Amino acid sequence: MKAIVTVMLKNGVLDPQGEAVKSALSVLGFSGVNGVRQGKVIELDIADGTDESQVNEMCSRLLVNSVIESYTLDIL
Amino acid sequence: MRAVVIIFPGSNCDRDMLVALRKSGADVSTVWHKDAELPQNLDLVAIPGGFSFGDYLRCGAIAAQSPICRAVVEHANRGGYVLGVCNGFQVLTETGLIPGALMRNSGLKFLCKPIDLIVETQNSAFTSGYAQGSKIQVPIAHHDGNYFVTDSELTALRDEDRVAFRYTDNPNGSVHAIAGVLSCNRRVLGMMPHPERAMESQVGSTNGQALFRALVGQAMTP
Repeated sequence: MKAIVTVMLKNGVLDPQGEAVKSALSVLGFSGVNGVRQGKVIELDIADGTDESQVNEMCSRLLVNSVIESYTLDIL
Repeated sequence: MRAVVIIFPGSNCDRDMLVALRKSGADVSTVWHKDAELPQNLDLVAIPGGFSFGDYLRCGAIAAQSPICRAVVEHANRGGYVLGVCNGFQVLTETGLIPGALMRNSGLKFLCKPIDLIVETQNSAFTSGYAQGSKIQVPIAHHDGNYFVTDSELTALRDEDRVAFRYTDNPNGSVHAIAGVLSCNRRVLGMMPHPERAMESQVGSTNGQALFRALVGQAMTP
């Protein structure tokens, strides 16, 4: 089974990379982009039956820095 | 004073740190990241700059989980001194010894240049050799030095006089232009600028000497 962890900067934390992407889109002529936030996706190939709480622990201990980041978890 | 410099795969300021401490009178050796124990009777752990583990995941995140970092946290909890410079600062925030996090520079560029710092507090073993409010020149060399803390944490840092250094011209977008932060017990310092690269007039500045001299001197007094 797979666990997909999507990590994003928390709301209120300035995302300089997202801002740069936004201005690049504007340079390319795309209008109406009100905001860009850039995050990352971590795909874990985990043993069948792995408990979701264990993946949450992986997130809190290593994969995500809760000072600046939040995450969502999808188990497939 | 007994000091060690931790070496991770990708550390690249370890030798500069070693030389700066030795020149200031410390008895220094190096420790490899896979070691689980620090030497006995240790006063100071220095975590050098570089790109530990290639900055994978987040800067300092993998290093913070290495065996030696558990020993570093225990050393700090016993009241030992810890100095983290640049990547070492990032490692300290990832271990939780220093609050906050270091994000990509607001201008997105890697910055490598001498900058001016204001010494915000004299009240620590690291900063007692400077005059309060004095301006010193120290180089920076980082891509992720944009210091972030929440408003409430910033208030606490300021109320407790734990901001060690601030940039005069905030080059990376740090909250409150913060360049260096002290722990609650004032014995752990994380800073982005490199005092170990400001030890010789031949390389532009000797303003780092006062930090190492004061630190080595203070840790010798019982």
